[in-house]
Amino acid sequence: MRILTLAGRRLAASLPTLFLILIGVFLLLQLAPGDTVDAMMAQMGGGDAATARELRKFYGLDLSVPMQLANYLWRLVQFDLGFSSIYGKPVATVIFERLPATLLLMTASLSFAFFFGLVLGVVAARGVNRWPDTLISTLGLIFYATPSFWFGLMAIVVFSIYLQWLPAGGFEDIGAVQTGFERTLDIAAHLVLPTLTLALIFLAIYLRIMRASMLEVLNLDYVRTARAKGLDETRIIAKHVLRNALLPMVTLIGLQAGTMLGGSVVVESVFSLPGLGRLAYESVIQRDLNTLLGIVFVSALLVILVNFLVDLLYARLDPRIQAEG
Amino acid sequence: MNRLEMTRRAALLTSAAIAANVANPFRAFAQEAPRKGGVFNVHYGAEQRQLNPSLQASTGVYIIGGKIQEALVDLDEKGQPVGVLAESWESSPDGKTITFKLRKGVTWHDGKPFTSADVAFTAMNMWKKILNYGSTLQLFLTAVETPDAQTAVFKYERPMPLGLLLRALPDLGYVSAKHIYEGSSDIRQNPANLAPVGTGPFKFNKYERGQYIIAERNENYWRPNAPYLDRIVWKVVTDRAAAAAQMEAGDIQYSPFSGLTISDMARLGKDKRFIVSTKGNEGNARTNTIEFNFRRKELADIRVRRAIAHAINVPFFIENFLGDFAKPGTGPIPSVSTDFYPGPDTPQYPYDKARAIKLLDEAGFKPGAGGTRFSLRLLPAPWGEDISLWATFIQQSLKEVGIPVEIVRNDGGGFLKQVYADHAFDLSTGWHQYRNDPAVSTTVWYRSGQPVGAPWTNQWDWKNDQIDKVIDDAATEIDPVKRKALYAEFVKEANTELPVWMPIEQIFVTVITAKARNHSNNPRWGSSSWHDLWLSA
Repeated sequence: MRILTLAGRRLAASLPTLFLILIGVFLLLQLAPGDTVDAMMAQMGGGDAATARELRKFYGLDLSVPMQLANYLWRLVQFDLGFSSIYGKPVATVIFERLPATLLLMTASLSFAFFFGLVLGVVAARGVNRWPDTLISTLGLIFYATPSFWFGLMAIVVFSIYLQWLPAGGFEDIGAVQTGFERTLDIAAHLVLPTLTLALIFLAIYLRIMRASMLEVLNLDYVRTARAKGLDETRIIAKHVLRNALLPMVTLIGLQAGTMLGGSVVVESVFSLPGLGRLAYESVIQRDLNTLLGIVFVSALLVILVNFLVDLLYARLDPRIQAEG
Repeated sequence: MNRLEMTRRAALLTSAAIAANVANPFRAFAQEAPRKGGVFNVHYGAEQRQLNPSLQASTGVYIIGGKIQEALVDLDEKGQPVGVLAESWESSPDGKTITFKLRKGVTWHDGKPFTSADVAFTAMNMWKKILNYGSTLQLFLTAVETPDAQTAVFKYERPMPLGLLLRALPDLGYVSAKHIYEGSSDIRQNPANLAPVGTGPFKFNKYERGQYIIAERNENYWRPNAPYLDRIVWKVVTDRAAAAAQMEAGDIQYSPFSGLTISDMARLGKDKRFIVSTKGNEGNARTNTIEFNFRRKELADIRVRRAIAHAINVPFFIENFLGDFAKPGTGPIPSVSTDFYPGPDTPQYPYDKARAIKLLDEAGFKPGAGGTRFSLRLLPAPWGEDISLWATFIQQSLKEVGIPVEIVRNDGGGFLKQVYADHAFDLSTGWHQYRNDPAVSTTVWYRSGQPVGAPWTNQWDWKNDQIDKVIDDAATEIDPVKRKALYAEFVKEANTELPVWMPIEQIFVTVITAKARNHSNNPRWGSSSWHDLWLSA
């Protein structure tokens, strides 16, 4: 019950933010020269002015900006995300078709980055200033500094072209009709390289935070007390240090859920994945305002959801944080 | 022999080598029997809003829709019109009535028979009303009569040159099924536009937006023994480098219309597994342009336009940035257009910096502080890396004669809006795509009185009564010889006055697996039906 109240309150608090974001994006896109009909003409390689006028009327682009905005918000209040001019389908349908790929990619990358960032951070902190630390920190620096599109392309060259272990792109193999477990395996194989590409830069961040946080906690008095009690080092790390050192890591998940949506634009393009990131990019290029606003809306909901879960996890890790507060 | 001729000769030799490379597989495998079966995976770079070529004339639609739907006419190996859904045609002496005899025994993919009613419906409701370029071409079409199921009679208010119509129809003559579209409240929103029903060699199967499109062999196709392939899969790959990687990994067998980066195309050209060539794209010629805005008083001066043309070393640019894929152009009608090309003996503007400076001085624009005469804003179109390189080259060349240029980059929608609707440019540069007949694609760049906002039309504020008359006469002249002479006059005038400069001729580049047979065998092969394409084992 307490969780439900909390959830309700958090969602209510984020509604005004959501509206402000939507209005902001709407106005920002008005600043970009050209509308969806211009983009359509560019795609067709020509057309006459009468056609353009007719299309503008069809998409409601002949109305004034405040009227268009008002129309949009009114539809949104009725839970109608509108109609996509590129896809010729309702925006909600378009987004839900693209959501699985992005969710899979994000979940896999976040888990991978979190888990290995944690392990490597702990190893580095324990061997601080010795070779494991130097090695891990250098690797982290390289991952952090490498642009993800370059890393993705290099991964394709090595693993797809030379070794031929993994597919070079796409979401699943379309040559064969697969079902059940086989299909799952196939999708997993297609996701290995994109996940790694997207995850490495985040892994580097987690690694550094975990290392710093561990070093800090290791110097606290209660750890010294535990050592003085004669507990063995592994127990101290696992039972006493880790739990407290994890707090900043968990905070980071909430922050990075949003960043990751942005990073997925590049990765989805390089690996030809049909995800939300690429959809957002195409919507901007084609000035498909409805789809773009829909994506912003859904992404904002996603980030709110992740942050909510992070709060719950936080409360669980640190009993001092109370949900009622 | 000067350096320039050397280069040209080297370029010719190289293109001959490329041509031989294309021809060779046919020769080497001449004994090979066509093989049925196989999947052909195609690189699809930019998804369109719909797939029906009766509604949208663009290579992005033909590459898919052109396999599923068919046009009345296509082009053969020599670039001459050849019947597809139409078997024969004739024009009345006054050029106002054109009669098509249609093929018998053709059925739509849903089993219904193809008749003249489909042609009449498509012509009146799609070509004339919706299809880009089509609405200009069919402006004076008043009716399509259907005396019987195999005859369609096109009635025009003004004479329609038969040659113009036949050269336009391969692109602007795709037929849609009347029974699918009739009664639909908005043809543009008909679901069949994303799941097309046609008469072509391949039947639409599945479209996963953002991923792939699949078409399967049509077992009831009217051409005997065709098609050979089991299915065609178009894979959506937006990133050019990723597409090249997928070709190398064997996931894609064909990348059409210069879909890869210039460096990747050059690299794959050396790989025995691929054929990289411009063959099969002659019908998709394009020229790089410089468009002058006459609202700027400096640019309205013909000496300044000529000076700008003289200031740019086109052969140097081609040799160093475009490689074998381009050659110097001589005007608005490219040399591949054998029916209309007037030859190179029209006013030309070879690189001559001293002359450029002299012309600018004569025009009264003397260098001021820092050697600057006046400055310009250049808007490059965002399609293709060659345009971007060309814009930078223009900037550097003009700086040397005292004209600093600011490059303003936009995406597609922004570019069209700023140039064609807002006229917020001094110079702009992009592609002029030539579509077989100047009346279809080219003269609108020069004819005055174009509605504001219509892309790729004369928005330069340039008006010349003489050229307007030539353009209008040529569009309704039914004698082919006279038509050709009128277009020669048009090119001469266009090159003299130079409202738009078209100094580089390019043809799109195809990258295809060496296993493909019967490919690139007509001038618009990427857009054509692929009914005879097969893959060797």
